Amino acid sequence: MTMSTQRVAYPFFATCMLLFALQIIYGFIMGFAHMGFDVLHEWIPFNAARATHTNLLVVWLLTGFMGSAYWIIPEESGAELWNPKLAIAQWASLVVVGVTAIIGFHLNWWEGRKFLEIPRPLDFLVVANVLAFLANIGMTVWKGKRYTTTGLVLLVGLTSAALLYLPGMIWFDSQVLDSYFRWWVVHLWVEGVWELIMGAIMSYLLIKLTGVDREVIEKWLYVIVGLTFVSGILGTGHHYYWIGAPKYWLAVGGLFSALEPLAFLGMALYGVAMARRGGKTPDNRVALMWTVGCGIVSFVGAGLLGFAHTLPQANIWTHGTLVTAMHGHLAFWGAYSMVVLAVISYAMPQMTGRALYRRWTAEWAFWISNSGMLAMTGAFAVAGITQVYLERRVGMDFLAVQQAIEVHFGGLVLAASLFTIGISLYIWDFIGYGLPHPEALAPQPEAPRAALGAK
Amino acid sequence: MLSKSQAKLFFLATTAGFSCVFLGLTVDTIRQVPARSNADQITPAVVHGKELWESNNCMGCHTILGEGAYYAPELTKVVERRGVPWLQTFLKDPEAMFPGQRKMVKYDFTDEEIDAIIAFLAWNGKVDTNGFPAEPDMRQTAPPSAAGATLAATASPPPPTYTAICASCHSIGGVGGAVGPALDGLAARYSAAELDRWLADPQAVKPGTAMPKLNLDDPTRAALVTWLLAQK
Repeated sequence: MTMSTQRVAYPFFATCMLLFALQIIYGFIMGFAHMGFDVLHEWIPFNAARATHTNLLVVWLLTGFMGSAYWIIPEESGAELWNPKLAIAQWASLVVVGVTAIIGFHLNWWEGRKFLEIPRPLDFLVVANVLAFLANIGMTVWKGKRYTTTGLVLLVGLTSAALLYLPGMIWFDSQVLDSYFRWWVVHLWVEGVWELIMGAIMSYLLIKLTGVDREVIEKWLYVIVGLTFVSGILGTGHHYYWIGAPKYWLAVGGLFSALEPLAFLGMALYGVAMARRGGKTPDNRVALMWTVGCGIVSFVGAGLLGFAHTLPQANIWTHGTLVTAMHGHLAFWGAYSMVVLAVISYAMPQMTGRALYRRWTAEWAFWISNSGMLAMTGAFAVAGITQVYLERRVGMDFLAVQQAIEVHFGGLVLAASLFTIGISLYIWDFIGYGLPHPEALAPQPEAPRAALGAK
Repeated sequence: MLSKSQAKLFFLATTAGFSCVFLGLTVDTIRQVPARSNADQITPAVVHGKELWESNNCMGCHTILGEGAYYAPELTKVVERRGVPWLQTFLKDPEAMFPGQRKMVKYDFTDEEIDAIIAFLAWNGKVDTNGFPAEPDMRQTAPPSAAGATLAATASPPPPTYTAICASCHSIGGVGGAVGPALDGLAARYSAAELDRWLADPQAVKPGTAMPKLNLDDPTRAALVTWLLAQK
């Protein structure tokens, strides 16, 4: 930590941990409901659990991105944060909006459009909140001494994410156009500008953790975010196959979606190559594991599994089935959850002056949670493929098929339990770090340890 | 070897280029969508149905145009699949229709709201979706909608209520649903009065039964009873 105002990131990271834990609980509620144990139906019907699960994810990831920006931007720009008090106020208002939305879901208060479920009045509060956030980091970059590629890509990513929220707020009488512009938010976030945020955060962490020259890392950052937009912008077409949009989207979406794994392959190679090139292993080895792991798992989850059902020939059967949930879980975990956990792993020792990354729990949290998520993906895959076969191809009744795949949700819940153990260890370590410490200001000396590959 | 400024140029040029193409295709899509989706048929009822669809987060369990959650059936073609009478009955009390199975929230919609939701679903069903959802290509038995057709071929055609609602759960001559008991040879077991009382209020006859109370009017019920008792 080089700037004392970087400490502002702490409440954001702590909120991430809390919301992530809640998200997992709601995941279990849905897993059990799919197994036939919907005992909470009267109080938390499936649609409330589902919206809570996905919205908590989006909110904790955005909170994590904001915390990461508050951590990274002052350091990259060489300036204290413009207004730390505004940052704290912005954090508090974000929490209030989030809590209101979640309570509202349980009272059947919605703007029920997939992933954009929060009611319209809260949308405006989100916009105000994000403007305050952008003003704060924007002013910090402005008054800072230097404009680094990493800092600018992060800023552009965050600003574009804010702008792209707006098309989701337009009312359309037509479900077709409603869906068309809803994907401007959802797709262009997760397969577009969020990848800028992810790439910039990885770039920052690789610069700090591997000792490879900034110029080399940032050059490849440009290539990766370039590939993201080459594939991702027109790749939006894979959401337009079946919603009533013209037929040419099948060709456009299919072709450019097929290129989407390239950007994630770039992320994976980026992490692995830079970690090797650096040659030294940082003392905080687990932060590098999360960083490189993020690149690799995002390639598998977002890149390969996305490709597995993105071509129109496959998607006509898999669209709107549990196959999507299979891809979604590993993609979000690999690309976005892991990058936030990487920043937190990197920042917490510096913020608090405690080197808890040496505890056994740190690396076990990484391996157990990743194993658990891979197993969950497997369970979703078996359930999803069975559903596609029985319901979509053989033409069996929906509920009969759901009964046939209940057993796979047993497997899912077991895998999720493993995942939960891993995340519990991570949160346990986070709590162990305690609050930021004023004396932890000096940058940590990073003594080389054994190389990452040669354990 | 690629320099950093070349990499930057690659990023900026491709982003600008592909954004322009995307915007161009969007303009063309907006131009084509009204014809592909019968925009002229978006009546106030369809819009009201969409509002109800969103304000109750139906997408939190169902999919429409393949989008939503995977806990409840895909609804794009549901009006074609089930018919309006079935949906009207179902939406009045969803749990009555599939007793003991996966539950849907009972929303207590008014008749007007139910018709709006059905109008919204029917409008979606007519959108040109490029062939989604695909017809099951490995189906081995006749689709359920053929049940009515088969029976219609026999001496006396079934009343519309039987085809639209009863056959979802019950079968005659092995054709129909398997949720409730088969209805072959009812005349040997029940009188017309008994059957009529049963259809009027199943719970009053047999408390705890899974048979839904369908709120059928007297002539509809009478026609159904007559037809059912005539089946061997």
